[in-house]
Amino acid sequence: MNRLQIELPGLSLINPVMPASGCFGFGKEYSQFYDLSILGAIMIKATTLEPRFGNPTPRVAETSAGMLNAIGLQNPGLEGVLANELPWLERFDVPIIANVAGSETEDYVEVAEKISTAPNVKALELNISCPNVKKGGIAFGTIPEVAAELTKRVKEVSSVPVYVKLSPNVADIVGMAEAVEEAGADGLTMINTLLGMRLDIKTGKPILANNSGGLSGPAIKPVAVRMIYEVSQKVNIPIIGMGGIESTDDIIEYFYAGASAVAIGTMNFTDPFICPRLIEELPRKLDELQVTHISELTGRSWKKYGAKANHCS
Amino acid sequence: MIQQENMLVISQNQIAKDIFELTLEGNLVHEMKEPGQFVHIRSNPGLDPLLRRPISIASIDKEKNQFTVIYRAEGKGTRLLSMNVEGSRIDVLGPLGNGFPIHEAHQGETALLVGGGIGVPPLYELAKQLNKQGTKTIHILGFETAEKAFYERGFSELGETYIATVDGSLGTRGFVTNVIDEHQFDFDVLYSCGPTPMLKALEERFSGRKAYLSLEQRMGCGIGACFACVCHLTDDPKGSKYVKICSDGPVFPIGKVVLS
Repeated sequence: MNRLQIELPGLSLINPVMPASGCFGFGKEYSQFYDLSILGAIMIKATTLEPRFGNPTPRVAETSAGMLNAIGLQNPGLEGVLANELPWLERFDVPIIANVAGSETEDYVEVAEKISTAPNVKALELNISCPNVKKGGIAFGTIPEVAAELTKRVKEVSSVPVYVKLSPNVADIVGMAEAVEEAGADGLTMINTLLGMRLDIKTGKPILANNSGGLSGPAIKPVAVRMIYEVSQKVNIPIIGMGGIESTDDIIEYFYAGASAVAIGTMNFTDPFICPRLIEELPRKLDELQVTHISELTGRSWKKYGAKANHCS
Repeated sequence: MIQQENMLVISQNQIAKDIFELTLEGNLVHEMKEPGQFVHIRSNPGLDPLLRRPISIASIDKEKNQFTVIYRAEGKGTRLLSMNVEGSRIDVLGPLGNGFPIHEAHQGETALLVGGGIGVPPLYELAKQLNKQGTKTIHILGFETAEKAFYERGFSELGETYIATVDGSLGTRGFVTNVIDEHQFDFDVLYSCGPTPMLKALEERFSGRKAYLSLEQRMGCGIGACFACVCHLTDDPKGSKYVKICSDGPVFPIGKVVLS
């Protein structure tokens, strides 16, 4: 028995660890370090209808135990991804989760319809939470009705299950999750980055050319854990958790909170070998916890001890 | 091939104000190709700062399995890096990027090497290798002030060397371009590394010449995956064509990328 095997809508994962979208390109760079087939899945960089250059530089700034980015969804566009990136990834035996972004509903629908027919794309990740594009992106992810409508439209055309990537930049994450579940989402991925900013001490100007950007890395992990903890108790669709994971302890914590699989983002930049390392270490961690199968851990926090009241009460 | 290695600190010395010279030993040295490549160094094993620091290679000693970097300890990460003492280990990813094409300068020809501040270090290995292949080198090095200047002697041993400091405390007062305009050097190939305004000033003077510029930008991964360090191309300045400084560069022919 494979103690790490996870079955999710559209996805048969040999382990629950995958690189997060935007932190792994389309896989080529990391393939020089290890065989990508050992990964549970790969969440490829966001694809938009047309090629995008993205934002001016500087596009990254460091923060304590984290980083800000404002890349701006740079990608070769739907045609380029279908013609080059996805066929190249076929050499690996690994399911691809295609992150779909856009600025108009019609863009999302067209990208989703076409990219979901690629043979190695086993699921879509609907990116309604990118904070770095002026139009679209996060605008779709902050109003439940808008997110639900987009989810519904994409579900109508997609050939594979649709996971919706939630933004933490909302007041009511549970309401958002329930809205997209109701609209037909097959799963959730959470969280995207938190909006943040840094200023240059000499000039007083923002460091990022885009002024603000998305905060990621270990600094945001408690935010993600709290949100997954709350959402997982209210929805019946699985959650792929992400946000600052850098150790097997972090993975376990995400599972406890309610995640069924996890994605590694920013830490790929610091340690290009982090995914294979954590996959290798996970069984030992399960031994320590005296757990047969990792899926037993999903939601253990609230299943075992009962849900605590909301922090506001 | 890019490797990740916990490299041994052979020495670490402060050689000017805030400027450190760090020599590391390990097998990764054998993967180094032309001068101008860089390494991505993790300043500490913890999570703050989180990202690696891209630092260019200043000299390579393949026989000893060692290489040297020179960096400015200015931010949190580089200050932590400067605390590593002889005998400790540092997590290094590299070598990264594509360096200066040394074979574009031939035996008997003259290369003009222009460096500004922390852009000076990679020119040292470049000067060594050019001299070794019989190319004469002229060096023009710019610093903020005398107390931040370094390696003047090392460069002087390899060829004619001119220094410019902004405050005039050493060499010519002003910038490297003041030295260049004053002397009107005769050269076959130009190689340069330094701040973008300096590279722009060189581009104004020498576009169309055989010249190679090494660019710097804030980086994330250093291997081309994160798209933090992209540049537009001059033949498509507003379009979606791009290069990544970390993996396509950091060295580009003059006039190829939009300097911003």
